[in-house]
Amino acid sequence: MRMHIDWTRCDGRGLCIELLPELLTRDDWGYPVGRGGSEIAIPQNLESAAHDARALCPTQALSLHG
Amino acid sequence: MTPDQGTTSVRGRIAGPTGVIRLFAAGTADFGSHHAAFGPLPEMDRASLIDELLRSGLDGRGGAGFAAWQKLSSVPADGRHPAIVANGAEGEPLSKKDAALLHNAPHLVIDGLLIAGQSLGARELHLYAGAEQLDPVARALKERGESRIRVHEAPGTFISGEATAVVSAIAGGTPIPRDRTERLTKSGLNGRPTLLHNVETLAHLALISRFGAAWFRSLGTGSAPGTRLVTLSGNAGGPRVYEIPSGMALTDILLSIGIDPHTVQAALVGGYHGTWLAAEQLDAPFSKEGLAPLGARTGAGIIMTLGSGSCGLAATADILGYLARQSARQCGPCTNGLPAIASLVERLAYGDTDGKLPQEIRRLAALVTGRGSCAHPDGTARLASSALMAFGSDVEAHLRGRCEALR
Repeated sequence: MRMHIDWTRCDGRGLCIELLPELLTRDDWGYPVGRGGSEIAIPQNLESAAHDARALCPTQALSLHG
Repeated sequence: MTPDQGTTSVRGRIAGPTGVIRLFAAGTADFGSHHAAFGPLPEMDRASLIDELLRSGLDGRGGAGFAAWQKLSSVPADGRHPAIVANGAEGEPLSKKDAALLHNAPHLVIDGLLIAGQSLGARELHLYAGAEQLDPVARALKERGESRIRVHEAPGTFISGEATAVVSAIAGGTPIPRDRTERLTKSGLNGRPTLLHNVETLAHLALISRFGAAWFRSLGTGSAPGTRLVTLSGNAGGPRVYEIPSGMALTDILLSIGIDPHTVQAALVGGYHGTWLAAEQLDAPFSKEGLAPLGARTGAGIIMTLGSGSCGLAATADILGYLARQSARQCGPCTNGLPAIASLVERLAYGDTDGKLPQEIRRLAALVTGRGSCAHPDGTARLASSALMAFGSDVEAHLRGRCEALR
């Protein structure tokens, strides 16, 4: 599974960074940084946290694929 | 779309242009000259067009250099009618080739659009170009009584030609990039499969459809076949547009138009999203394969030379400032990161001797890369990083309070 970040929606609220600290860190301005840029690979053990991040993102900037 | 009765014929009745001047072989922009030089519109079905393009090796001329046959064949053949877009938006300040093409050979672009449309069963044909190109396009369409192509004005912004920005503009939205999770060839203009090609790509497609892949490959090199349009500017003047065989060495391109390579300190290839090459790297072929080892790309066929009396870091700072201002300000890393990178390079260029500047520029360039809805942050980061490489010794000089160009 991978998580797509829609940067045109992302506001850097940082909820996803708190829910997925194994995958995401905060950049200089508060936006999420992870390996893959806009397409973050989600390992199986973090899929449920990724679903939470998608559902709870206040700007609906996250989507999950494949 | 139905083929034009009376304007179709078997290929080969008129021989293809024999010289290096192919796209401009008609001499003038009118339909009579076009028809005399190239003959009638050929009839191509989907399979034969894809096959001919595959054998020709034609790649996209808008910047990304994606294989033309591959993009065309990724349009689903599922009965839906795709939209075809000829992209002539040229927001890149260093590129003038699409304007030159639309002013001097608009019928070849129109041909390419009609051939692609007919072969894919398109019902919608669009041409998108800057305001100054709309008159020659409208004149050409009127001359041949062609009413199936809708023409749209592109604004003069840097990112107006980015594929999703084009689709957004044609659909009546703002000409800024959109987030996408699917290719435009699957879901583009109003959700329809959309094939978007640069106008030069379509003009070559029109010639390849008539004269065949073998004719196309009779110029250029094995991995960079055919001719291409380049825009040259810099210390020797310009911008000027030339049609040259693909894969020529950069130094040979300069020599062929009367520029002494010894007067050139460095060259920016690929445009504002491109890469600075130092003088000793300019023997590389101007092609995808030739430039790849140097981390560079042809982009939209742009070469800007820098004379030995100019400071490359100052030139880069100016461009980065422009690129930062051209951000659509939709994506956080771009909105925040590009002005930060531009400001660091400006400090390095204009007297700040803080030894941490190069490292910080590299860090931010890496940080913004891959983190936008379009490649604007990536291209801007590439330019900044390449300046630190190409002007490496000048970076050291600047950190000691001097400048190699101005000594």
